Amino acid sequence: MTHSDLSGSASAAGAPPALRLRGITKRFPGVVANDSVDLTVHAGEVLALLGENGAGKSTLISILYGLYQPDEGAVELDGRAVRIGSPAQALRLGIGLVPQHPLLVSRHSVAENLALGGAGGLFPARRVAGRVRELSARYGLEVDPDSRVADLSPGEKQRVEIVRALLGGARVLILDEPTSVLTPQEADGLFRVMRELKADGRSLIFISHKLDEVLAVADRVTVLRRGKVVGGVPTLGATRESLAELMVGRSVDFTRKRAGGPGAEAGALLSVQDLSAQGSRGLPALRGVSFELRRGEVLGVAGIAGNGQSELVEVLAGLHEATGTVTLDGQPLSGDAAGRFRAGVAHIPEDRIHSGTVPTMTVAENLALRDFGRAPLARGLARDLGATDDRARREVEAYSVATPGIHTPTRLLSGGNIQKLILARELAGQPKLILAVHPTYGLDIGATDQVHRVLLDRTAQGAGVLLVSEDLDELLSLSDRVAVMVGGSLLGPFPADEVTRESLGLLMGGAHPHSLPGAAQGGVVA
Amino acid sequence: MDNVVIEALVRALAVGTPLLLACLGAILNERAGVVNLGVEGLMAVGALAAFAVAAGSPDANLWLAVGAAMLAGAALALLHAVATVTLRANQFVSGLALALIGTGAAGLLGKRFEGLPLFNKVADWTLGSFTISPFTVAALLLAGAMAFWLGATRSGLTLRSVGENPAAADVLGVNVGLTRVLAVLGGGALAGMAGAFLALSYRSSWADNMTAGLGWIAVALVIFVGWRPLRAIAGALFFGFLYYLQFRLQGNSPIPTEVFSAMPFVLVLVVLALAGMRGQAGNAPAALGRAYVRGER
Ligand SMILES: Nc1ncnc2c1ncn2[C@@H]1O[C@H](COP(=O)(O)OP(=O)(O)OP(=O)(O)O)[C@@H](O)[C@H]1O
Ligand SMILES: [Mg+2]
Repeated sequence: MTHSDLSGSASAAGAPPALRLRGITKRFPGVVANDSVDLTVHAGEVLALLGENGAGKSTLISILYGLYQPDEGAVELDGRAVRIGSPAQALRLGIGLVPQHPLLVSRHSVAENLALGGAGGLFPARRVAGRVRELSARYGLEVDPDSRVADLSPGEKQRVEIVRALLGGARVLILDEPTSVLTPQEADGLFRVMRELKADGRSLIFISHKLDEVLAVADRVTVLRRGKVVGGVPTLGATRESLAELMVGRSVDFTRKRAGGPGAEAGALLSVQDLSAQGSRGLPALRGVSFELRRGEVLGVAGIAGNGQSELVEVLAGLHEATGTVTLDGQPLSGDAAGRFRAGVAHIPEDRIHSGTVPTMTVAENLALRDFGRAPLARGLARDLGATDDRARREVEAYSVATPGIHTPTRLLSGGNIQKLILARELAGQPKLILAVHPTYGLDIGATDQVHRVLLDRTAQGAGVLLVSEDLDELLSLSDRVAVMVGGSLLGPFPADEVTRESLGLLMGGAHPHSLPGAAQGGVVA
Repeated sequence: MDNVVIEALVRALAVGTPLLLACLGAILNERAGVVNLGVEGLMAVGALAAFAVAAGSPDANLWLAVGAAMLAGAALALLHAVATVTLRANQFVSGLALALIGTGAAGLLGKRFEGLPLFNKVADWTLGSFTISPFTVAALLLAGAMAFWLGATRSGLTLRSVGENPAAADVLGVNVGLTRVLAVLGGGALAGMAGAFLALSYRSSWADNMTAGLGWIAVALVIFVGWRPLRAIAGALFFGFLYYLQFRLQGNSPIPTEVFSAMPFVLVLVVLALAGMRGQAGNAPAALGRAYVRGER
């Protein structure tokens, strides 16, 4: 009998749940983010909170963490009503949070970030560094206490947040999409942590759009839809399909989406020769990378964050200096990002909040960022606001972005909806080359499905997609060929049907490609 | 020759002292994310408070006078703290108002002291032909202490984090509002101390417009030194030296004095231009000048 089975009977025997929310309602202008939500978590239990983008998951846990005050409803800890007026109070009550978007001080070192809010007066950063190394070694969550947060990739930042939550030692730990930018190995490390905490009698709330993870780690699932709880089931006996249906209200297709791909006769669209670049830390980020992307092809790039994938995409998008030659459609590709966009290069960046959108600008303005100065969004020197709004309405509709209106600043949107907005903007023209970094990061399954279809659609029309993702299932289901980046070198590409999750995982970890199946055909360009 | 160098150093240190003190104060509140343009006003009330206490009787306690100056600076800064942190008013507007209130009040209330000498000043320490004010020594030590405190202590780290990313600090249970209020009060106290130096050490009698634009230079200096306390020493010395040059020129040149009285403001521009050239603006605390509202996305 597992611990989770016990927790159910314990509550039946009269022990109050570790955490109970009663009738929580939170309204924002134009939306009811939470509509009398009831929720319980027992000691030694992992509750998964599921829901589409904008369903109100982050809002609910922000209330639990004292970041928002509910309009109605009550919170009980161990059967006693508590008022959580601030994060400080939440921490005192033993509630910890790994936020959806990293909340870290960019200019400070990792250790300084982790030391903030801890104990000890002198040299707080130095004190914490040892504990951090120990925790990260123990759980396989690699973080370097001395590096500056500004230099970290989103995945690395996420690891810092997780380590910080572990340092805090909370009784109730909330994890808001902690795995969206983690590699499978890192996610496994996190799940080990979660199981240990659970065995330790703590309560965890886990938010994720990846249903496999939910099935693997959660005991029970509560589903939100448009702010309301629409169901709850134990994960025992549930399947990916049944959870998906509960979430979106219809069945979702999980099968491999990519069938044929372009034949060998398809011409080269993008050709990259001997690309080298410096990283922000002064180390080489790209070491002589060469590959070809064919018309109509999806080329997947796997790799652990920080191995050069970001730099590769930034170089191609015109945001990073490099040496080497790049041609698109036979024409040399050079110049700044705006020029490259006009030449047909779309870029879905990895940091959606800071480089993907301007948070204080409205939905309509963010959608027009690429081409507000040109027809049809401008006439002569004047912008055509009517046309801008019309197009914004169409895009919001087409990508089902949940927003109160097209004049809402994007900072008010939920994480997944911001991502949809970027996709809508970048894919609006008819790009020849789509650089997609974690394109479905934070998207719910319905939206993920939709984005996959859009990308495949574009390849059917002859566009090439360079897909960088740490989600190997996504890579394998979409790509025609997959390459792996390790230490700034590119291994592969290998035909997608000759590699597996496992072999890719090994390559990402630095195993020698010749020892793996598929290496012979794919060849190694490093 | 040596004497010229020593004199230049002594004078640069003297003018540099209020610059350094006020600049350290401004660094304190700006590292917490609050701009205070009212330093000139804070210095003015500090000077007035110090003078009022010291001029009261022949055996007035000078420590008390310095304390009064710091208290006066902090009290006026409290207005700024309430306006910008609690009421979330625009920091620039509130700071400008503070400058006007402070200089105005000091001018008005100081009328009755005009021309009045002090019974006893804070005596300089001398080493041969080299003289240095205890205030200067205190300011130098303070710069070192502040650098250490910001870099190596938990409360220093908290203050910096609040200035960089208040939301991140908040999520970890830091009281952002309180931290900022305390930082603004500390900044006010240091500006008040700069005023006390002018009243008790630099000049020997009360004069209107005692601060003479030094507060404005101090505000600009913060940018020039990239918000770093130790660099503030070099910055204050450098601008103290420019001031000294100005006095020298003023004494024996045909240039009208009006030109020289515009000097502080020219210096502010010079400071900002130099800071711009050195790319210092990129060092600004990330949340500088912005009110923090919890839960605002
Ligand atoms: N501070 C705010 N002001 C206005 N609207 C808000 C605010 N915070 C959230 N919302 C709205 O409330 C709704 C729920 O948002 P929330 O972030 O909780 O969604 P979510 O379930 O976490 O979605 P995702 O999976 O995309 O992260 C969204 O429509 C969002 O736009
Ligand atoms: Mg969310």
